[in-house]
Formats: sequence, C-alpha cells, structure tokens
Amino acid sequence: MSAAWQDLGVAPLARALQQGQVSSVEVTQHLLTRLAAHSQLGAFLATDPELSLAQARAADARRAAGQAHVLTGVPIAHKDIFVTRALPSTAGSKMLAGYASPFDATVVARLGEGEGAGMVMLGKLNCDEFAMGSDNENSAFGPVRNPWDLQRVPGGSSGGSAAAVAARLVPAATGTDTGGSIRQPASFCGVTGIKPTYGVCSRYGMVAFASSLDQAGPMARSAEDCALLLSAMAGFDPRDATSAERPAPDYHAQMLAPREGAAAGKPLQGLRIGLPKEFFPQALAGDVERAVRAALAELEKLGATLVDVSLPRTELSIPVYYIIAPAEASSNLSRFDGVKFGHRAKDYGDLRSLYERTRAEGFGPEVKRRIMIGTYVLSHGYYDAYYLQAQKLRRMIADDFQACFRHCDLIAGPVAPTVAWKLGAQQDDPVKAYLADIFTLPASLAGLPGMSVPAGFGEAGLPVGLQLIGNYFDEGRLLHAAHALQQATDFHLRAPAA
Amino acid sequence: MNTPPLIRGFEVVIGLETHAQLSTRSKIFSGASTQFGAAPNTQACAVDLALPGTLPVLNRGAVERAIRFGLAVQAKVAPLSIFARKNYFYPDLPKGYQISQYEIPVVQGGHVDIRVGEQTKRVRLTRAHLEEDAGKSLHEDYAGQTGIDLNRAGTPLLEIVTEPDMRSSAEAVEYAKALHALVVWLGVCDGNMQEGSFRCDANVSVRRPGGPLGTRREVKNLNSFRFLQQAIDFEVQWQIDRIEDGLAIEQATVLFDPDTGQTRAMRSKEDAHDYRYFPDPDLPPLVIAPDWVERVRAKMPELPGAMAERFQRNDGLPAYDAAMMTQSLAFARAYETLRDGSGQPKLAANWLMGEVSKRLNAEARDIADLPVPLQALAVLIRRVVDGTVSNNGARQVFDALWSGEGSEVDALIDAKGLKQMNDAGALEAIVDEVLAANAKSVDEYRAGKDKAFNALVGQVMKASNGKANPTQASELLKRKLG
Repeated sequence: MSAAWQDLGVAPLARALQQGQVSSVEVTQHLLTRLAAHSQLGAFLATDPELSLAQARAADARRAAGQAHVLTGVPIAHKDIFVTRALPSTAGSKMLAGYASPFDATVVARLGEGEGAGMVMLGKLNCDEFAMGSDNENSAFGPVRNPWDLQRVPGGSSGGSAAAVAARLVPAATGTDTGGSIRQPASFCGVTGIKPTYGVCSRYGMVAFASSLDQAGPMARSAEDCALLLSAMAGFDPRDATSAERPAPDYHAQMLAPREGAAAGKPLQGLRIGLPKEFFPQALAGDVERAVRAALAELEKLGATLVDVSLPRTELSIPVYYIIAPAEASSNLSRFDGVKFGHRAKDYGDLRSLYERTRAEGFGPEVKRRIMIGTYVLSHGYYDAYYLQAQKLRRMIADDFQACFRHCDLIAGPVAPTVAWKLGAQQDDPVKAYLADIFTLPASLAGLPGMSVPAGFGEAGLPVGLQLIGNYFDEGRLLHAAHALQQATDFHLRAPAA
Repeated sequence: MNTPPLIRGFEVVIGLETHAQLSTRSKIFSGASTQFGAAPNTQACAVDLALPGTLPVLNRGAVERAIRFGLAVQAKVAPLSIFARKNYFYPDLPKGYQISQYEIPVVQGGHVDIRVGEQTKRVRLTRAHLEEDAGKSLHEDYAGQTGIDLNRAGTPLLEIVTEPDMRSSAEAVEYAKALHALVVWLGVCDGNMQEGSFRCDANVSVRRPGGPLGTRREVKNLNSFRFLQQAIDFEVQWQIDRIEDGLAIEQATVLFDPDTGQTRAMRSKEDAHDYRYFPDPDLPPLVIAPDWVERVRAKMPELPGAMAERFQRNDGLPAYDAAMMTQSLAFARAYETLRDGSGQPKLAANWLMGEVSKRLNAEARDIADLPVPLQALAVLIRRVVDGTVSNNGARQVFDALWSGEGSEVDALIDAKGLKQMNDAGALEAIVDEVLAANAKSVDEYRAGKDKAFNALVGQVMKASNGKANPTQASELLKRKLG
C-alpha cells in the first residue's frame, strides 16, 4: 500500500490523514526515502529528515488533539527563494550558499508549524539563481531535470518545485512567479500551479527579484490542491506594504461553489472564455496549439463560451518586462555586497575591490546580465527612454486586459510556445529564452492571477499546460474552471514513468 | 527691502538643506528603536540589516510629523507622494540604496520667517521630504579596518530644503535657529545637535551684485550653529579669493573641519554619483487624505508667531519681549505660568529674560530644568510689587530658591531679614537721624548737588540695614529737605 502514498495529491492525502488511513510520519518517511532515491533530478537543495519527521510527529499529535487544519501533516517543500530558519536559504546562488535566515518567510510560516497550517517541510527546492531564468539552468547548484525526460529542462525559475511535484517526491510545493516562474515550469512538468493576483500572498521572506512583479503561489497536482494551499498562504501581512488588505477567502469553497444557472454536466454554463488572438501566433508550436485547442474544446463541452479578444501589446510585454524586472533586480541585489552576510571574496584590497570581487564571484552570468541591464536602464539620461517608457506601456498592457474582461470572464491560451526543451539548448542565446516568456509576461505585468493547468501532451509525450488568466482577485473563478476541466480530464493525474 | 550686505564687493547666496531627525520611537521602515547611544548594532533589526526577504513598512508617525511641519510652515501637504530608491554602495548603507523621496515630496513649498536686525525676512522652502538615515562608519579604533554601526540605519529624517534666499552667514544661522526652534516647538524633532538630530548642509555661492548666480559648493553635515557660520564665512572668502585670482569655482561637495575652520573638497561634480533614482516598488505611493491632515491640524500647538502676537496684544508685552518669551514652547509655558501666578506680565517677562536666563545660561541648563518652582517665583514677584521686598532683596531670595536653601518665599524673606521697612514712624526716625548726622550732604544738596541726595538715600538704606523701601525713603527725604 505504501507505494501509493506518493500518488496522492494534497486533497486526497489530507482526507487519508483525516480518516486515519495513514499517519503523517508514515507519509513523510515514505517520501523522504523516495526523494533520496531520486536525487538525480536535482530538485532538492536541502533536506533534514530528522526535522521533517519531528514536524510529522507534531502534526500527528496536533491531529490527535483535534486541532488539525485540513493541511496538517501533509508534506510540502519550498522553493529556495523563501527564507527558512530550519534549512539554508540560497536563492539558487553562490552568493547565499549556506545562508541561515533568522526568520521564516510569511508564506512558510502560514503553511508550517505552530500558528500555521501544520504542513511538514520536506526540504528546499532548486531554482534559477534569484529566480532569474526559465529552465532552472541558472542555479549555482546545478540544473534540475524534467521527470518526463531527464534530458530536458523542467522550466523555471520554480523548476525544482515543478519537478518534485511531477516526480511524486512531494504532493505540494511553493513557487514564485515574476514573469511566469510558476506557470511555465508547471506547464513543462504537467503539474497545476497558480500565480495569484499581485498582493494576495505576502512577499515577506521571499528573496526579492523584481518587487513589483514577484508573487508566491502553490504548485501541486490539481486545482483542488492549489485551492487548499492558496487558502492557507494568502492574506494580508502587515510586514509587506504591497500585500492586499483583504481577508484570505476560502478558495476551496469558491472552487466548489456551483455557477449560478449551471446544469448538471455543464458546470461552466455561461462562462465566457476569451482567446486573445496574439496568444495563437504562427510561431506557436503545433503540438502545443493542438493540446491547448483540445482543452478549450473540453471547456466548451462543459458549457463555456469561447470569445475572440485581443491583447495588442502582447509582444511589447517582452521588452517592457526585461526593462522593469532587471531595473528592480539591479537595486534589490545591491545588498549582496560582502559586508553583512552571504559570500565575501577572500582576497580584496580596498572597499571597491571587496565589492567587485565579491559580486563577480557570487553572482552567475544571467544575474550579472540582468544587473547590468537594470543599471543601464535606470542611469541618468536613459531612465526616461527606457524605464519610464516601460512603465507607461505596463499601464497600457493592464488596460488592454480590462478591455478584454468587458467581453469575457477568463482569458485562456498556451503557457509557453513550446514543450520543455533539451538541457543546454538555450544557454547560448538569452534573448531566445526571453522570447519564450511571451504568454506569461502580460498577466505578470498587469498583476493579474494566472494558472497553468495540464492540458495534454505534445512532442515526445511531454506535458502541455493551458494558461487561464482571471481578473484581479478572481482566483476563485480560475480555480473553479480548472477544477471543472480536471473533473472531465485526467492529464493532471498522469505521472512520468518511475 | 534692504540691499544685501556685500563682502569684498560680492553678494553671498546661501540655501540650506537641513536633516531633522523625527521624534518617532521606532524607525521609519521597521519596528527597531531609535534610542540614541545604545551599543553598536543592538538596535538594528532584520529590516535595518537588509536581510534577504525583508521589506520596509512605513511608520505613520513619521508621516504625521511631516504633515505637522508642513502645516506649520504653510506648505502644501502632498495628497500623494512617492518613495524612491537612491542607489549607491557604501558599507553603512545596508540595502545598497537609501529610501527617500525624490520627484514628489510630502511637503511642498512653505516658508520660515526670520528676524534680520529690526526686520522680518521670509525664507522660502522648496520642499521637505521623508527619508531614512544611513548607519555609521567608525574609522577609528579598528586598526586599519572600518567598523559599521547600523543602529542609526533607518532612523526617520525630514530633509528641509530652502530656496537660495539667504544673503549672509548671519541670515543662515538665524534661519537655522528659527527652524530648530520650530521643529522642537512642534515636537517633531528633539533638536539635539550633539547627537546629530539636527544637521545642516549649506549651499554657498557668491556673485557680483546683479550678476547671474555663481557656481555653488555644498558644505556637508554642519551640526552646530557656530560651525555653520564658520563654514560659510570660510567658503565665502575662499570662493572670492579664487574668483579674484581669475579661477573658476567648480561645483563640489565639501566638508568643514572644525579644528582648522576650513572646508575641503570631498568630491567634485565629475565623480558625482549616478544615484539611479526610481520609485521604490516595495512601498505604495504615500496617500494623505484630507481628513488625516485635518486630524493633525486639530492637534497642532499654537505656533510661536501667533503666540508672540497674543502676548503683545493681551499682555501688553513689547515685541522684543514677546519674541523672547516664545523662543521655545517650554519657555512660553513658563512665562504663562509666571504671568498668571504673579498677575504681572511685564515683570514676569523681565525675570525670565533677566535673572532666570542669566543663571540658566551660566549653568547651560534648559528652562525645562529650572530648579526654582515657578509658583515661588510668582510669589516673589508679588512681594516686590507689594513692597515687601526690594529688587535687590528679591534677587537674594531668588538665589536662595535656586540653590535650594528654601522653597517658601515669605519664610526666606524673613529668614534673611529682607523685609522692607514699611512702618512710616520707624523710617521717619531713621531719616531724621541721617539728616542730623550728615549736615554736610544736606548742605551740598541744598546747594544744588543732586549727588548728595543719593548719598543720603544710601545712608538711610545703610542705617535700616537695607530694609527701608528706597522709594519711600526718597519721598520722605525730599519732603524733609523741603
């Protein structure tokens, strides 16, 4: 029987724990053994089995005492962009190798022991350095492999999170999404992930990449799993001035609530789904388009209406993003100077050489590239032409979405133009990799919630994700639609071999 | 309008930027304490240390103080202002950027009026903005290394910037003193200059009268009024020397060395930083709704100008006295207490400007630490007015009150035998005695020597052991001498 525990997602596992079919200690032990056996994936950067088992015992005791949250005892692992007291927090960078945070990120605390939901932390997950990248090859601690094909990337930057969930090493993981870093790896690895509206999850304790874009979210097997996780993660945090001052809704209840007027078998009756024509360009890979269209047809069968809409500045979202995100990053990463914490160069003469050597040694090439881009676009004489212009376009991109939402309730399209590429395939051409972010960047720039839902399989049996984008704080509607699709399909239940 | 004073034929142009540390208990973006003098790095929390994952959250108390200041200087309190990041690397700047306000500050415009001689001069303010302080680099005591103390990092500052409206170091000092008095009056800053709570940067340039503005040099971090004056005076002479030598003034940031009284260049325009300002994405725009401004306005103390006017109008004080009584809120409160206790506004002001100030200054004490209870001083003033004690005697009683010899005025007057002789019969007897014993003076007086009269009064006072009321004694003498 125990061989099957890994196949249970968050919701079924929570039910099994609640019904006493299994203890958290048993599940935790099982998964610890399993993740150790799958270290070749490179998904985990740090584990502490003793700590995990202690948390599992505490979770079982809490349940026995009748004080369990629905998620108590369910294992989870955290993207290493979240700082944690119990395990090192590296952000995938040599700069923070071995860094011990004196506090837990708000999201980690809300999911964890004590005041939190009581989930068991299995470890910290690999990611692109400072969450910069879309294939997890920018981690200072080695790449992550895609469980569907070990020669392929898992996507990024939350590559460790997507791979670990897909490989059944853990039922749930946290991720962060700045320009697609939850949705794209979810798509590449065939898991379900949601990036909520900017401000829904606290950024306190997330190592900052681009502050105006960074947003935490859950990655798991199903929309239902994500709904349960997001309910525990979300909510106003007084330590984050950009967090939304509204109570965390019960996303699971919203997901289950039937649409008004929906008939049996037509749970999406009356739901208008907008298809931006810019999301289906010539360059979209045929296998991806086929899978996405099939999923859209499925949504239609469930009662949804497909309407044509337009997001005319979709292509512009690439330069806009690659000005704003590096600008913020160049400033956010200034604190890594070798003075207070993190890496410090061994040999240095004066202050300047301390800075130069520390940063030259501590940062990887993609991070340096973005710091340089960001420094450039904020420089005197360039600020107006780049940064200000990008901010104006960012507002227009957000306005374009609002124009669409006058005609539809949700927007749908592909997550990425292709399925997962081969390891090393995009290492020589950063711009090519940037272009592949085209479908996830618009919602990020607008601050809108977006999901990746397994939609089928493309070339070489690799997963394809369907992207659903909702209006601000409309996560409930997104999850409801994704859940309806998952009730009618089984793509999200399929697992890679072994 | 006076023509500005010229120095060696040049007009001096000065603008000041003042950093006033706001009197909040916690820092501007974190919950750490702002208490001065703690052991290094004991008041720097995770946010102040810029640990990965930390975020700033604005302290509303700092905003409230900025609003209060803005209202006091009749500035516009911006309904929306923006925090920006000023990026540069320095070891005592933990984030690698300072959070400040750049394009849109919270306080816009306004003015501070200063006294120049007998006239009032208006110094226009450009703006006042909120920002965080950096930590401190300690270059001594670390054997070639630099120590970093981040206790001060994140301390709230209001940077108050003037237009280039001042025309002499004296005006600059007057402005700085007026501003200092104002921020302390408002309770937004403790004004402690030794601890760095109030420090000025002076932008100084010189020009031929009527000519275009000269190139300015900025003298940084002046933490006393004396240094401010010395630094500007040195700069002015230095700049004029250069111009007279046919050399150009280059824009530069300079430091004042109190030991030499000289300024020296810190960095020139060429190596000026590119701070790459941009709006801080961690902080939403600061929105100040009208009702917030009104709540602050409702709690505003009466401002010194209005209070001085009231003292002139209601108490009949001369303008100078009224200005002196409003030099600080504590002083004004002392005056009001003394005035009400004695019923003598002018005498109350005289005592505060005279004996009280003299002794406070001598002991470098503040009015708040006055060792004499104001109620006792009020009784003493009443005793002077009702003739119980002479001014001279009152000063002795005041000294006794100050040194803690006693606290009861009447008891002290008795104990010291300072009670004036108000018994007409006894006084007359003494006067008669004096007249009899000083025939020579009497003759001289009658011959028209006024001095001789004073000698007679002195003899009466002496004979009465100082207890005679000098006014009564004079009157009686005059009558007797007919």
